[in-house]
Amino acid sequence: MRARDVVFVDGVRTPFGKAGPKGIYAQTRADDLVVRVIRELMRRNPQLPPERVGEVAIAATAQTGDQGLTIGRSAAILAGLPRSVPGFAIDRMCAGAMTAVTTVAGEVSQGAADIAIAGGVEHMGHHPMGEGVDPNPRFLSEQLVDTSALVMGQTAENLHDRFPAVTRERADRYAYHSQRKLAAAYARGKIQPGLVPMAVRSAEQGWGLATADEPPRPGTTLEGLAELKTPFRPHGRVTAGNSAGLNDGATGCVIAAADFAAELGLPARMRLVDYQFAGVDPEVMGIGPVPATEALLARNDLTMDDIGLIEVNEAFAVQVLAFLDHFKVDDEDPRVNPLGGAIAVGHPLASSGVRLMIQLAAELAERPEVRYGITTMCIGLGMGGTVLWENVNA
Amino acid sequence: MPESSGPNATGTPLADYARSFGELPDEVVTQAHVRDVDLGIGTLALITLDNGKDHTRPSTFGARGLMSLNAAVDAVAARAAAGEIAAVGVTGKPFIFAVGADLSGVPAIDSAEKALAIGRLGHGVFRRLGELRVPSFAFINGAAMGGGVEVALHCAYRTISAGVPAVALPECFLGMVPAWGGAYLLPRLIGPAAALKVIIENPLSQNKVLRGPEAFALGIADAMFEPADFLEESLRWAARVLAGEVVVERPDPRARWPQAEWDQAVASARFFADGKLHGAAKAPYRAIDLVAAARSRTRDEGFAAEDEAQVDLLLGDELRAGLYAFDLVQRRARKPAGAPDKSLARPVTKVGVVGAGLMAAQIALLFTRRLQVPVVLTDLDQARVDAGVAHVHGEIARLASRGRLSPDAASRLTALVTGSVSKAPFADADFVIEAVFEDLAVKKRVFAEVESIVSDQCVLATNTSSLPVSAMADGLAHPERVVGFHFFNPVAVLPLVEVVRGATTDDGALATALAVGKGLKKDCVIVADRPAFVVNRLLTRFLGDITRSVDEGTPLEVAEHAADPLGLPMSPFLLLQLVGPAIALHVSQTLTRAFPDRFSVSPKLRALVEAGKSAVYGPDLRFDPEAAALLSGGDHPLTAQAVLARALEGLAQEIAIMLAEGVVAAPQDIDLCMILGAGWPFHLGGITPYLDRTGVSAKVNGAPFRA
Repeated sequence: MRARDVVFVDGVRTPFGKAGPKGIYAQTRADDLVVRVIRELMRRNPQLPPERVGEVAIAATAQTGDQGLTIGRSAAILAGLPRSVPGFAIDRMCAGAMTAVTTVAGEVSQGAADIAIAGGVEHMGHHPMGEGVDPNPRFLSEQLVDTSALVMGQTAENLHDRFPAVTRERADRYAYHSQRKLAAAYARGKIQPGLVPMAVRSAEQGWGLATADEPPRPGTTLEGLAELKTPFRPHGRVTAGNSAGLNDGATGCVIAAADFAAELGLPARMRLVDYQFAGVDPEVMGIGPVPATEALLARNDLTMDDIGLIEVNEAFAVQVLAFLDHFKVDDEDPRVNPLGGAIAVGHPLASSGVRLMIQLAAELAERPEVRYGITTMCIGLGMGGTVLWENVNA
Repeated sequence: MPESSGPNATGTPLADYARSFGELPDEVVTQAHVRDVDLGIGTLALITLDNGKDHTRPSTFGARGLMSLNAAVDAVAARAAAGEIAAVGVTGKPFIFAVGADLSGVPAIDSAEKALAIGRLGHGVFRRLGELRVPSFAFINGAAMGGGVEVALHCAYRTISAGVPAVALPECFLGMVPAWGGAYLLPRLIGPAAALKVIIENPLSQNKVLRGPEAFALGIADAMFEPADFLEESLRWAARVLAGEVVVERPDPRARWPQAEWDQAVASARFFADGKLHGAAKAPYRAIDLVAAARSRTRDEGFAAEDEAQVDLLLGDELRAGLYAFDLVQRRARKPAGAPDKSLARPVTKVGVVGAGLMAAQIALLFTRRLQVPVVLTDLDQARVDAGVAHVHGEIARLASRGRLSPDAASRLTALVTGSVSKAPFADADFVIEAVFEDLAVKKRVFAEVESIVSDQCVLATNTSSLPVSAMADGLAHPERVVGFHFFNPVAVLPLVEVVRGATTDDGALATALAVGKGLKKDCVIVADRPAFVVNRLLTRFLGDITRSVDEGTPLEVAEHAADPLGLPMSPFLLLQLVGPAIALHVSQTLTRAFPDRFSVSPKLRALVEAGKSAVYGPDLRFDPEAAALLSGGDHPLTAQAVLARALEGLAQEIAIMLAEGVVAAPQDIDLCMILGAGWPFHLGGITPYLDRTGVSAKVNGAPFRA
């Protein structure tokens, strides 16, 4: 056994689409999204001989249909990787891809693999949330969780209850800025390098090509946001505007042992320092990033002041604001999601963890003065996960 | 490039052509959808050809489909002219690019005007793709045949998926020429030799098709990408072409292929076609002529010449015969006329083969490979059994060594084949086929012995080529299980099995035999238990009539070439040599006994066999002098025309009698048998369409076979 430094070499994703019959991926298979990502990673890194890939870990929350059949393995075969390359499927709801990364990082650190592909996919159009689930009746009979715990929008309302300082107005304002930041990032060409164009087919329109994210609403105004309904609770605070939508997309990245990457001539973008997952009450799953980040910082003798870039998944604005309040970070702190977040770009559940890493890596490359960044996200059923990264561009 | 201002390029005449073409009432219309694609450096308008069905019904072009594409081109041409788009692309629905013209309307084409309209409509629509103000790209994502290939050829650039299973210009196979630009554009793109391989050689070689990588290697496409993300990478490539990062060299054909080289390729193709057809079918020669002239013709001249050739062919009989034959092998061969309910077929999980000679071993190999069940060979002694099993094992090893079988598959198949002197291992067999010496008494003994071992349900099949199946069943406890199962040599190559229904054969045995035939990937035709069934009866009559003319004094060289105008796969005496003079003699004796008024035993053939000659030709393919001497003499020589007329009239008479006897259900089954079992060509439609169109059947029988 040996512990080796683990680095993030490269990451790409498909453009994200809106779930549903009118979305760009309505007639595109989820596994084809993954295949495209894997092939693009291999194409962008020709120094990496395919037979040296030691693992393919792909996350999906709904592991059925076009996301079933052990998707890490089946997508690897479909992508044309050698049969000798193993793969597996992984599920930790919204943190699927993040868990794929931390899991293969463990393999790499141990020396069980030198280099791996990790990513995630969620086609929420083909697999609506909660599709086919059969919750154990004990959850309710023994009051293990509240009925609201399985409806993510209701957990967000619960979070507003717990933190009254996070108002609807603050949530809307945060959402407005997320849209603005993403639009600015697109205008500056910061998002496009991380995208791989994806062929899309519609029986009615023929073939097309997805080259940009479909969910963003760059024209969003505070006034418009204020008028939106609160579908989860009458006179509630959570709206379609201050939360991430229902989306389709896939992400992937190359995780390697630092020494191995150097040997192959693969550039490291950032070093994975440490990570932490934590559990919280499922009814307020959005608070998950707080204990995960607390524990991670403490273990590494760091405080939030040491963190120069914070990529936090925006499942709901309230969950981000609760996190920022806890760490006394301003709502508009420039360290937070500088390229925009999931409220604007979308959140295809199990794929989002690597999207955070792609954006963090892009920012770190231009910010050599920043030493540490984190990617963090809340997770359904009451969890949070945070990964600590060190800039190697210094 | 300026858009052509010629008459073909404007909308109105094309609509007129479409009307002349005629609306097919049940045309499955291939729609041309248009969608914008952002290439980063500009917009590509992507046309998707899609008939709205899945890949089992490939997209084809009828009049409405062509007009849909024309409307799409109208839209993109206007935007190209306005500078709104940087390029145009064409691709197909999943797994299919496009497979050419919808031929269902061809039989209704009855005037030169309609025939010309089809050519002009296709040319008029397709050529616009190559004459836009912006570059055009074809992204060949799946099967591309005929007009599908031609759509791509009109584009300025082509990419192809490495996973494409079929690229072909099969027109000459059916009796047409590639007349929507293919005969002109392809040789100018890839050179005359490569083009003639695609246009002539492949169609005349069992209609062979190219796979994606082969098409790319020939130069049909400029770039090839793997199927997993073929369209995305093709679009990326197109963007690089537009940006000037990729330059495709397209030199003038006259500079690249000198006239001498062009002429040489054309001469080679003519030699090849002559070898196959002896000038018997027009279409390939018209195609060769078009390619020959393509080097120096302008685009307008080239397309006009294609139109002219196609009009002649569309109105001619060969194409109708070709389409008729194509329909027979595509449809009728899959659903044998007179077949009982499929559900009556019993499962076959073990097979017995009686006899371990060469034929038996070939049969055992086929059953093993296709059915993948245990196959037991038996013969009279251990040495023969061992030789038979060794032959099959050797063939399996040979397939493995050539990469046709994986080591695991080879060891699986090897283990399935065993031999035994005793027939006891047949006890749990479901299907036992005999391939022993052609002697009724011997075969009856074999079946009686096998019946004492197998279950009551086991089917007993005979591979006899001329003995009565019903007589073999006579005396058995279960005569209803006996069925004829007649393969053609070489067993692995010829697709026909004549399944013989004997007097006592029941539906269960027949259904089982048909299911086995299908499992063997053979095409079955159900035939009645009449002497020599279909193929051997007709070939023997044909050969017998020609041999009789030799007996009477017609020189061998005259008789040898008498049938050349038919374009049969081989001359009569080459056929005689392939069958073997002794076997041919045996079959002719059987048929002479059955039908002494029409068959006779040739004294010269008997002399040849008695002299122990097994070959008519020497190794140099010239007549063996000894054989030639035995086949000469006589004082009533006929001309080649008279020999052929006699042979054709004999066929017409024999077929009419066979239909009256009920040997098969319909003339179509006669044709199917001759195409699949004797390799008789599509341009004859098997044989009855040819006998009808040349008036032979009317002369002999008073009426054509098909009204």
